[in-house]
Amino acid sequence: MLFRKASSPFINAQANVHSIMYQVLYALIPGTLAAIYFFGWGVLINLLIAASICLLSEALVLKLRDRAIEASLKDGSALITACLLALALPPLVPWWLTVIASIFAIVIAKQLYGGLGFNLFNPAMVGYIVVMISFPREMTFWVAPLGAVDHWLSFSDTFSIIFSGTLPDQSSIDSVTMATPMDTLKTQIGLENDIESTRNHKVYGALFSNISGKGWQWINLLFLISGLWMIKQKVIDWRIPVSFLITLLLIANLFAVSDYATYPSAFFHLFSGGTMLCAFFIATDPISASTTPRGRWIYGIGIAVLVYAIRTWGGYPDGIAFAIVLMNMAVPLLDYYTQPKTYGKSEVE
Amino acid sequence: MADTQRRPRGAKGKLGLMESTKLKHFHGGLHLDYHKDISRQTAIAACLPQTRYVIPVQQHIGAAGKVIVEIGQRVLKGQMLATTKKLISAPVHSPVSGTVVEITKHAVPHPSGLEADCIIIENDFQDKWVERKPVAQNYHQMNSHDLRTIVRDAGIVGLGGAVFPTAIKQTEININTLILNGVECEPYITCDDKLMQERAREIISGADIIGHIIKARQCIIAIEDNKPEAIAAMQVAIDEDNTGFFRIQVIPTLYPSGSEKQLIQIITGKEVPINSLPADIDTLCQNVGTAYAIHQAVFKDEPLISRIVTITGKGIKQPQNLEVPIGTYISDCIEQCGGYSDDASCMIMGGPMMGYSINSDQLPVVKACNCLLVTTSDEIHPANTEAHMPCIRCGRCVDVCPAKLLPQQLYWYASTNNSERAAEYHLFDCIECGCCSYVCPSQIPLVQYYRSAKSEIWALEADRKKSDAARQRHEARQFRLEQQKQEREEKLRKKREMLNKKKGKPEENEIDAKKAAIAEALARVKKKKETQAITPKNTDHLSAEQERQIKEADQRRKAMKEENNE
Repeated sequence: MLFRKASSPFINAQANVHSIMYQVLYALIPGTLAAIYFFGWGVLINLLIAASICLLSEALVLKLRDRAIEASLKDGSALITACLLALALPPLVPWWLTVIASIFAIVIAKQLYGGLGFNLFNPAMVGYIVVMISFPREMTFWVAPLGAVDHWLSFSDTFSIIFSGTLPDQSSIDSVTMATPMDTLKTQIGLENDIESTRNHKVYGALFSNISGKGWQWINLLFLISGLWMIKQKVIDWRIPVSFLITLLLIANLFAVSDYATYPSAFFHLFSGGTMLCAFFIATDPISASTTPRGRWIYGIGIAVLVYAIRTWGGYPDGIAFAIVLMNMAVPLLDYYTQPKTYGKSEVE
Repeated sequence: MADTQRRPRGAKGKLGLMESTKLKHFHGGLHLDYHKDISRQTAIAACLPQTRYVIPVQQHIGAAGKVIVEIGQRVLKGQMLATTKKLISAPVHSPVSGTVVEITKHAVPHPSGLEADCIIIENDFQDKWVERKPVAQNYHQMNSHDLRTIVRDAGIVGLGGAVFPTAIKQTEININTLILNGVECEPYITCDDKLMQERAREIISGADIIGHIIKARQCIIAIEDNKPEAIAAMQVAIDEDNTGFFRIQVIPTLYPSGSEKQLIQIITGKEVPINSLPADIDTLCQNVGTAYAIHQAVFKDEPLISRIVTITGKGIKQPQNLEVPIGTYISDCIEQCGGYSDDASCMIMGGPMMGYSINSDQLPVVKACNCLLVTTSDEIHPANTEAHMPCIRCGRCVDVCPAKLLPQQLYWYASTNNSERAAEYHLFDCIECGCCSYVCPSQIPLVQYYRSAKSEIWALEADRKKSDAARQRHEARQFRLEQQKQEREEKLRKKREMLNKKKGKPEENEIDAKKAAIAEALARVKKKKETQAITPKNTDHLSAEQERQIKEADQRRKAMKEENNE
């Protein structure tokens, strides 16, 4: 008999952060595979660059901070950041841009704030914003999805575009890249064309499918499905995705009903760009999101409003990163003012 | 006279409980592995008599009692060893007949391995009782106050683990609903379960006495649905009673349903308001063990000198429930249960969620001791204090907290010693049930953080009170000095006035009056001068000679004026 000393409770559910993080990573797999399928080797190369740089810079800072390196690398959080970044960046961005975004995400946005659990902002979104603002031209290096084109850019072509900026013979960067459907719509509406004519356009029309963009709708659908799985597994809280998606749906529908010609449908918004990735993987990052039940509702609603506003009237192709970071700033306030009434308090009032 | 009258039984209560049995839920809670079958296979066994008993003087919440026996004194079984005059307190009694051999500090069960005043008794194995005069059925004719005195003198305290003096809890009368707590929501513990199975009639009788004391209209017996045998046994006893006063309420198994506040919420749908007592929402909650003890006190005049203790866990060879005299060494109880298994590693007093580990078995069983859980190292997984992961704010703790707190925010402030903010996030509403720690994926020992934050705030509060008192003393002194100074000045002023009057020195208003008189006189003169002013006549046509004369006269006058002025 040892008479070991310990403090209550003496039992626990044996849950751990690693399993949460790895379930998120597993849930990212289907959508990521779809992204690679539709947009080619670039996505995979970005993913590899981001993952290695994120892990490397995390290890480096942990060493500088004199923290346990192996345990922290294994928690999977840096990999999630890398994955989100790679999915957010255009497939043909130069390698150094991915490197900068990754370093910024991990070193500045995460580790300098104190590492896992202490970052105020979503690291991947901070990294994305930095390169978005600094290198706007490179951030348009999207490609047309499979379906709009017959085949991918070959691995060697993609590789040389990303690493040396060398384009295949007789092509310019404009001929290999293509704006996203959302960006295209915005530009065309800006040019006084309506949605219908853009969808039927001889060049851009190929980008669109019956719901949103070719490829995009499937990627979003897969993220939606794996997101629902995460809710079922209780990996993420349901309030943020639900409030975000419903609000986005309502706002988009309100505008679309008012003017079909210039405002895309609610379903276009829900299944375009990073909507589902944001709903289930970015906005639900518990560290930078609100933690109170009511705060989470407001957080989700706020993101949706900002996303819609930036997409519709802002100067950027998608508004998710900005919306997330702006709402991250509001989190301390939200958490403070949305404290639930504790037991016995409701009876008093 | 009115005091002895029973409120009508089975009448429709204020809370409308009779017409609706729909249960409410408290927030959060956990489904746990209960491991109850380990200890409830056998009947309650009596603990064998031992040679030495260690009776801590204080085994309850409140003031410690005063020892009324001396070393060497012979005592009988049930004889009072320490009494009390304080309101919130309880006496202790001898569990056996024998001799007081020592009154000394002895280690008692406590999270910090504390030593406390104990009376040590050597058993003479004669089992000789003090003279007993049970009131038995006569309690129906007794008033609340006299019955409470019996409860109080029997040293009865809440046996669910809180050990609050029971008589104090029963001071409010005309309480609508008596809730008998047979929930026993902590894993492993089965002492209430077994007691209900084997002594249901006595429990019902004890509850009837409580109902009589507080003049309750109904008694609801709450039992979790994982105790079917207890439910059946209690139902038989209720059917025998056949007064309509009792009703069993089977509640779903969910930790911590047995916590008083949460149980009241389940049964009544109401939260006990903050800073209030259950009596304020017309309920009283008592443990089944307490009801049993009250039956023993009233029907047998037996004070609380023993209790049922669950001795369980993989670290025990023959887990079971023992009826243990208070003061028995834990080691003696363990021995009767076949001793420790080889891989026993930790002894917990209480359950695995809210109990505390003790560092020795040479401690006495006390009134609060409902369970001795001896675990093997693979059986328990306490959070790792040294190296837990950082909080990722996942909010699982929020979902399970029965007090509706934000444990992650509390942790943030408790771990950074920001106790003020922690208090703002309702630290003191935490019941330390352990649900948050249980679900935490980062394995943070949250409850431990809250406990230390609480004690830090208590220390600060004590400091603040001290400095407040000092400041008040200082301010009072300042005020006194100021007052004395003013009084002195007032005296001086009066003295000066008196002196001035004696000297005849004109008072200020007199001077003013004089000044006014002067001004008046001057004004009068001026007016007179104006009216009497001599205006020159026939000055229109003057000859040169006349003008020269006038000039000369003017010059003379002028010269005279100047002469006068000089």
